[in-house]
Amino acid sequence: MAIARGSLGASRAGYYLYLIPGTLGFLALVLCPLIANVGISFTTWKGIGKARFVGIENYERLAQDAMFWGSIGHTLLFIISMTVVPIIIGLILAAVLFDYISKQFGEGLSSFLRAVFYLPQILPVTAAGVLWGWILSPIGITNTVLKSIGLGAVAQNWLGDPTYALPAVSAVIVWIQVGYCLVVFMAGLARVDPSLYEAAELDGATWWQRLGSITIPMLMPEIFVVALTTVIAALKVFAPVYVLTAGGPDNATLVPSYLTYYHFFTTNRVGYAAAIATLQTLVTIVLGIVFIRMQSRQSEEGA
Amino acid sequence: MANVTMSAANRAALSRSPIQRRRPGGFGRWLVLAILMLGLAVTLFPFLVAVLNAIKLPTDYAVNGPVALPRSFSLAGLATFWTEVDYSRKLINSVLISGLVAIVGVVLSLLNAYAIGIGRVRGGRKLLVLLLMGIMVPQESLVYPLYYMAKAVGLYDTIWSVIIIFSVLQSAFGTYLLSAVLTAFPREIIEAAEIDGATRWQVLWHVVVPVLRPTLAVLGTFFFIWTWNEFLLPLVLLISNQNQTVSVAMGVLQGQNSTTEPTAIAAASLLGILPTVIFFLIFQRTLTKGVVVGAVK
Repeated sequence: MAIARGSLGASRAGYYLYLIPGTLGFLALVLCPLIANVGISFTTWKGIGKARFVGIENYERLAQDAMFWGSIGHTLLFIISMTVVPIIIGLILAAVLFDYISKQFGEGLSSFLRAVFYLPQILPVTAAGVLWGWILSPIGITNTVLKSIGLGAVAQNWLGDPTYALPAVSAVIVWIQVGYCLVVFMAGLARVDPSLYEAAELDGATWWQRLGSITIPMLMPEIFVVALTTVIAALKVFAPVYVLTAGGPDNATLVPSYLTYYHFFTTNRVGYAAAIATLQTLVTIVLGIVFIRMQSRQSEEGA
Repeated sequence: MANVTMSAANRAALSRSPIQRRRPGGFGRWLVLAILMLGLAVTLFPFLVAVLNAIKLPTDYAVNGPVALPRSFSLAGLATFWTEVDYSRKLINSVLISGLVAIVGVVLSLLNAYAIGIGRVRGGRKLLVLLLMGIMVPQESLVYPLYYMAKAVGLYDTIWSVIIIFSVLQSAFGTYLLSAVLTAFPREIIEAAEIDGATRWQVLWHVVVPVLRPTLAVLGTFFFIWTWNEFLLPLVLLISNQNQTVSVAMGVLQGQNSTTEPTAIAAASLLGILPTVIFFLIFQRTLTKGVVVGAVK
């Protein structure tokens, strides 16, 4: 017995060897940089020479930086285009494809449509950005089409006008995000017992009533996962802004990630940029803890 | 959560009941279909205009506008972009980086998950939570130290820096996923192999890996496409033209809308999206099914 226990202990210890490459990599390339970044945020540093410790000065400056607060405001708006709108469209689309199209027109059409709506998700955001930048440019397709149908007055410099730039970038983000929500929701619907829908139909429930009383309640776990993951993604929006507007015009589409990049690599205010990145990380970690709590609660319920 | 939904999807796929075909007449169903087709058109519109205009002559574009069907046919725009940015080079870089990250990332994930899921090492759960945090952390808070480190060790502006960094970043997610799968792995199989005298290393490669192969393939597919589309770190780490990826090459085209010929931009964006569209057509099933698993990204 004692021997058996001894050998079990030894065998368990042997498994630690398998953790070495992954853990070392994680320590060196994630944890250390993360801690270093927090450290840098308390200094003034140009990226070369010696960093000077300045305490929380960077954070004090941030509190008074209108560009920073502006970028936070834009992030809140991007949560609408990353999270709220795609979830609503995704829910309706998923319900239509699942509860209507696959019944009326067959499963093939439903899977085909799902795949097409998912397509924008898979593209490099930068390539999609070049494409949309061209479509939305002053002499681009949007304006050409508007003019040709007699709506020339509506034509705008979509990405170059501070009033329209943010909504225009948001529209592109919605185009990218809908597919993600749709696919996750449709996978969730596969779990729902079809007899629920049949019973509701027999009771004379309309399609909208079924959406409200069956589909949405049954999809609550998926909605929560999608909401949280897309909010976390909204806090990190970078590539679409970089490609479409570079934060402009007049900082109208500036987001924290772009501001960080700008200060790290353009103004070389490395300490200041690190402070913004640190704040972003803190908010993300808080959301991440909520996410992990929820996941472990759900897997307990599932078990 | 991820596993719950995935197994639910699998279950549904297995027990897919015969489709109930009721076809009540009326305009309702055609109206719904029409609205969906409109959504379809909006989604596909950018692809369509990219194709339409990439293959026309600039003069055709100037005369007939962007939405007209091409009245000329020319691959000159595509060819010019290809040679100007040395697109073959970008494709090779992207394939090398994404391919190696997919392989190394899967191996790292597998080793970690073997220790956590099968070995049940102490502290495994805490490590998983830490890794999950690592996945969610914005790359902005890693980018400067990584940039500095890459310069210090001489890997700055080489594809190796990107390969090493993304192998580790992707393996954080892979470990999380595979640990859950391996925790549920039937113990009897492993015990039987151990009784037969297999070492731990042999159990991993001859018992666990063969069973896990489909999951590992899905994971690798996702690592490939995620890495292909990565932007911030490659943008910072790969500055010279010859080392850039497709994604970075597209990103640095920004701001050229006013100066470049529209057909040239159409050609550039078409070439930028084409590799992933082809990839999507091949791996469509894997990608749309597996996305649920990737929900933490």
